[in-house]
Amino acid sequence: MEIGLNHYLVLSTILFAIGLVGVMRRKNLLMLFFATEILLNAVNISFAAISHYYGDLTGQMFVFFVIAIAASEVAVGLGLLIVWHKKHNNIDLDNMSTMRG
Amino acid sequence: MFEAIAFYLFAFLTIAMFYIAVTTSQALYALSSLAAGMIFISAFFFILGADFLGAIQIVVYSGAVMALYAFGMMFFDTTRDVKEKQGNKAIIIGLSVISAALVVLIVAAPIVGNNIEALYPITEGAGNTQEVGMVLFTKYLVPFEVAAVMLLVAMIAGIVLAGKKMDLSLTLMNEAEIMLMKEEDKKVLS
Amino acid sequence: MELFLYTALFSPLVGSLFAALFGASPKTKIAGVVPSIMLGVSLLSSTILLVLVLTTGHTIHVEMMTWMATGNLYIPFGFVVDQVSVTMMMVVTLVSTVVHVYAIGYMDHDKGFNRFFSYLSAFVFSMMILVMSDNFAGLFIGWEGVGLCSWLLIGFWYHKESASWAANEAFIMNRIADLGMLIGIFLIYWNTGTLQYDGAFAAMANLDASTLTWIGIFLFVGAMGKSAQFPLHTWLADAMEGPTPVSALIHAATMVTAGVYLVVRANELYALIPHIGLFIASLGAFVAIFAASMALVNRDIKRVIAYSTLSQLGYMFVAAGLGAYWVALFHLMAHAFFKALLFLGAGNVMHAMDSELDPFKMGGLGKKMKGTMIMMTLASVALAGIYPFAGFFSKDLILEVGFVEHHYIIYTVLLFTAGLTAFYSFRIVALIFHGEERYKLFGFHPHEAYKFMLVAMSPLLVLAIIAGSFKMTYFDMVTYVLPATEYHVHNHLVYWIMTIGTQLFVILSIFYAYKKYTSRDVKVPDGTSAMENSFKYKLLINQYYIPYFYEEYLVKPYRELSEIFWTKIDQKIVDATVDGIANVFYQTGEKTRVMQSGNLSTMLKWMVAGTVALLSLAVVFGLAARHSGEIKIFLSGLGV
Repeated sequence: MEIGLNHYLVLSTILFAIGLVGVMRRKNLLMLFFATEILLNAVNISFAAISHYYGDLTGQMFVFFVIAIAASEVAVGLGLLIVWHKKHNNIDLDNMSTMRG
Repeated sequence: MFEAIAFYLFAFLTIAMFYIAVTTSQALYALSSLAAGMIFISAFFFILGADFLGAIQIVVYSGAVMALYAFGMMFFDTTRDVKEKQGNKAIIIGLSVISAALVVLIVAAPIVGNNIEALYPITEGAGNTQEVGMVLFTKYLVPFEVAAVMLLVAMIAGIVLAGKKMDLSLTLMNEAEIMLMKEEDKKVLS
Repeated sequence: MELFLYTALFSPLVGSLFAALFGASPKTKIAGVVPSIMLGVSLLSSTILLVLVLTTGHTIHVEMMTWMATGNLYIPFGFVVDQVSVTMMMVVTLVSTVVHVYAIGYMDHDKGFNRFFSYLSAFVFSMMILVMSDNFAGLFIGWEGVGLCSWLLIGFWYHKESASWAANEAFIMNRIADLGMLIGIFLIYWNTGTLQYDGAFAAMANLDASTLTWIGIFLFVGAMGKSAQFPLHTWLADAMEGPTPVSALIHAATMVTAGVYLVVRANELYALIPHIGLFIASLGAFVAIFAASMALVNRDIKRVIAYSTLSQLGYMFVAAGLGAYWVALFHLMAHAFFKALLFLGAGNVMHAMDSELDPFKMGGLGKKMKGTMIMMTLASVALAGIYPFAGFFSKDLILEVGFVEHHYIIYTVLLFTAGLTAFYSFRIVALIFHGEERYKLFGFHPHEAYKFMLVAMSPLLVLAIIAGSFKMTYFDMVTYVLPATEYHVHNHLVYWIMTIGTQLFVILSIFYAYKKYTSRDVKVPDGTSAMENSFKYKLLINQYYIPYFYEEYLVKPYRELSEIFWTKIDQKIVDATVDGIANVFYQTGEKTRVMQSGNLSTMLKWMVAGTVALLSLAVVFGLAARHSGEIKIFLSGLGV
């Protein structure tokens, strides 16, 4: 039973779908960040798998940069989260409707 | 054979962990399962021969990111149940499944159809970390430096945003003082 | 010499623009004086050009600038001063100068004084373009320009409903005719490849007869509209709603003769198609007697003169149709003088009678308005064609043309019409100036017009009397460009019998009219007398029921048809389509604005939905690209 690229891609998409479910159903901002991390990691798996099966390091480079971006996103996002929490005493998405048109 | 067993094992574990992470109503469960899922993902990197990435994954996520999350969660009341959005679950799941299926279709199509030519083939006789280093510091040097700057900026931003009034300790203040401080904050921010 | 040409052409425009500057301000004397002076300048230049053309026989042809040059189409703003156009220029500038000066007095108390002069001068400018242009396109521009000014001036008192109705009637009738003219011009361009008179007429000799016939018919349709020939004649009588100087200038002397001018200008074309010429002549003769009969009973002095104009236009078309172009042009010129004079005299009477137009309510005005009486009487004599006034030379000449060309029916009709003309002219004169002073019953206080108005009219009077003596000079001049056919009855006995007979017939008509309408029995008609209830009278006073016919059988059905198109097609199909499209967007916006709730969670869901949509598109296009061959075969199988 050989594990091929498609196995990894299917796994990646399943994880991606889980991430999307999280993005859509979570109301808590912190939980939303979790879901975002899941999305990024799902993509990372497919990058690494493609890189492996095609013998090309570019995929791994992308994973590297994605991780860097995820880290900085978390840093800035959490900072903003704290500021928001200090002001409103909650991090509920439904209360963030200042962009209402 | 072992590879297959490892793949299915870790696939199951990852999916389970992430599923818990997005469905549980306990913030601590979610945090823990996410950290576990991240570690399991690093296992895939090791299986795929990307040792360097696996190491990075563990270090960055289970170390830095999780520490950061835990740190953030300390600000919030984690004992409280996380309220979930009341909405149509069918839409959520339907959209996710459809998009997943479409992504599989698109990603699989060129692989079935034609071969991709490797631009940076893996060098024979060198370890993964070495290869990564060689590509990263030649072809991807500029993006690498930009990423470094970005991380620095993110770090400073995090400090600036979160670091206000770090000299004050909520645990050492009584209720009245906390309320007063909050009032002041509101004035400043609004 | 070009300088004089441009001066003659553009000084009315300068005057018009000058008066237009004061258009919105209250009455300013200078707004009337300056256009009149500019007209005088134009008259002077035209006179110089006339003298030049008369003495040397040279014509002036200038090309001011290129107007259109696309592909094979080349139309310049070209102007020509030849024997024909210089005649028209003289008539136009002379009559309009007189009318301008007269109007300073006539429009004295009118609020739209400045506006009036702006329109009037603009009319003269358009008319000058019409007569001076060296191509059909320029002629058409002038043609439309005079139409526009005519509309503006008939509807000058636009607050009166009848005036704006008459203006629209005139405009619409003219548009119908102009369509014919436009088709004629298109046909000319189509067949000859040029619109320049000389080039087009030269090329016409090689065209086949049916094409020429169509061109001739369509051009004449245009002329029929402008010259108010049957069946497009109704607008001219209604056009009398305009101020009287306008009636004198536009609806008697100049604009309505543009149709005659067109036929004269296109003489080389009509010479090739004599059967159309005969039709024109027959129609002219019919209109002559038709209009004269309506003038017999009408109780509105301006309308009587308008019908008289119509009748005289019929005479001109008879001459033009029978190939006697120079005779037509000569009658046009003579008629312009005495008809303008008649109208201006009628204007004086109207002024004196507080705009009362019914001659039965006047009578005996001669004592109060001696000058006007003399002028109108002499103009009527000229119109009736008594020797040695202008009308004798021009109108009797037309009768002779009919006789010499052996069209005896036309001759008889015209002869009879001459009697009618004399009758109705003197009926008016007698009713206005002689007999009992019936106006006292209605409490009018008539007074003579300003002196300068009478002085302004005097050149017309002089010309109405002596114009006939220019006949031979004129003949020598215009026959450079028009066919020089002399019309003489060779048998001297017949000639004298004809001339004296006509004169006697006319004089008898005059005396009959005079006797009938100066008697003490003349009463203001009240609709009870036996004559008024007779069928003939009713037929004539109702203009043969033609306006009624138009109203009932053309205007009303058209209106109903428009109503149907409006409610059924425009509202239900066109509007509904446009509204429907707008509604789709409106509803879409209304529905989708819910998306913009500002709730981040909802937005995220939409984002995912958008991703799914884009991914689906990618899949569809990917599949289509991969299977393009099969899709093409499938589509061709469907017959696409």
